[in-house]
Amino acid sequence: MEQRKVMINVRDLNKSFGDLHVLKDVNLEVHERDVVVLIGASGSGKSTLLRCLNFLEYKQSGTITIDGKVVEPENTDLNKVRQEVGMVFQHFNLFPHKTVLENVIEAPLMVKKVPSDQAVQEGRALLKKVGLADKEDVYPSKLSGGQKQRVAIARSLAMKPKIMLFDEPTSALDPELVGEVLATMKDLAREGMTMLVVTHEMGFAREAADTVVYMHDGKIVEKGNPSQIFSQPQNQRTKDFLGTIL
Amino acid sequence: MPDIGHFIHVFIDSYPLFMKGLLLTLQITVVSVLIGTVAGLLFAFFKLSNSKVLNAIANVYIAVIRGTPLIVQIFFFYFGLAELGISPYWCATLGLALHNSAYIAEIFRGSIQSINKGQLEAGRSLGMSTSLAMRRIVLPQAFRRALPPLGNQFIIGLKDSSLAAFISSSELFNVATTQGSRTFEEMTYLLIVAIYYLVLVLLFTLLVNKLEGRFAGGDE
Repeated sequence: MEQRKVMINVRDLNKSFGDLHVLKDVNLEVHERDVVVLIGASGSGKSTLLRCLNFLEYKQSGTITIDGKVVEPENTDLNKVRQEVGMVFQHFNLFPHKTVLENVIEAPLMVKKVPSDQAVQEGRALLKKVGLADKEDVYPSKLSGGQKQRVAIARSLAMKPKIMLFDEPTSALDPELVGEVLATMKDLAREGMTMLVVTHEMGFAREAADTVVYMHDGKIVEKGNPSQIFSQPQNQRTKDFLGTIL
Repeated sequence: MPDIGHFIHVFIDSYPLFMKGLLLTLQITVVSVLIGTVAGLLFAFFKLSNSKVLNAIANVYIAVIRGTPLIVQIFFFYFGLAELGISPYWCATLGLALHNSAYIAEIFRGSIQSINKGQLEAGRSLGMSTSLAMRRIVLPQAFRRALPPLGNQFIIGLKDSSLAAFISSSELFNVATTQGSRTFEEMTYLLIVAIYYLVLVLLFTLLVNKLEGRFAGGDE
């Protein structure tokens, strides 16, 4: 098997909010072009782990290596790191005062200083890719949840990140809109994007994941390929969790 | 029964004088609200800052300004600055600006805090610095939300500018009191000046509503 680059390497990561110890000695590797799905009950630390990887939260101890570079928030230009690590949020967080296209081109224009013509051209291509080419002049308030999330994915991709983090991207959606967002994510996975996805969509995990990671109480309890995790979970906690949701 | 014909006569006669006063009133109001807006935004940032020192400065400033009467502040400026050769117009304008800034600071603080934290996070996750995300993402939304209370503050500022009359700045209200005591027709001139203020406020309300309409849409 070819040796692929480790895009995210987490070693002995600990994170607390006050007295609440949320992440306990977490170790995780995500290889280039891998799709890793994080599953686990609410409060198990999945989202916090993701937020630590985009440095929206700072760890207390441990090391985080992104694309071969150890990132210490104190002495790293986090804005540069974040340009490489896209993030899609549960509640979309689109910019309501900007149109769909403006949402997508904002960061390329303002952060990367991409010329306006080029940004617009690339933005339109991304909107086409997520199936929203006809919505570029619309404000987010006029979109359905599924459309909003697809714009959010396009907005993130506009920065040409090497890694995409998805924080429960379909949890705020009506059931009938989940499919379109998952389809967009599967396309992305097929194209070889390195993805770390927190989700409750086991169907997506089964179909698209290379590795499924089960977290419980701030620890990674079990990881393996989807058939392994879903068919023969080793750990009793994993069995219990899957028993409750499948 | 007041004589309507006489009232209209006085109204037309005093029109040039009142127009001069009106211009001064507008000038005091607009300049003081503009200065107050800039200072208010600054103090709003102080209040939202992580620095305890800046928090304390803003808190003390707002507490003192909101806790003392405007007329006292205007006289403070008048007796404090007139000696330095600063005109009553500027004393009144600065006093009003100071006063407005404390209220406007709270308006901005509230509207900035009302913007969902996810907006700043989304900006940062795209590689924006905090200040860029503030400027491009949070503040434009906060300004829209601040528009109605800012309009309200402008109206209050417009009417508060009448206090400048007490330091002999010849704005609207000063014209009314001088004319009133000169002719012993206080009630007539008070009624006239009330009409001027009312029309100004109504016109301004219309303008704010237009602005709000224009900025509507594109909300969450």
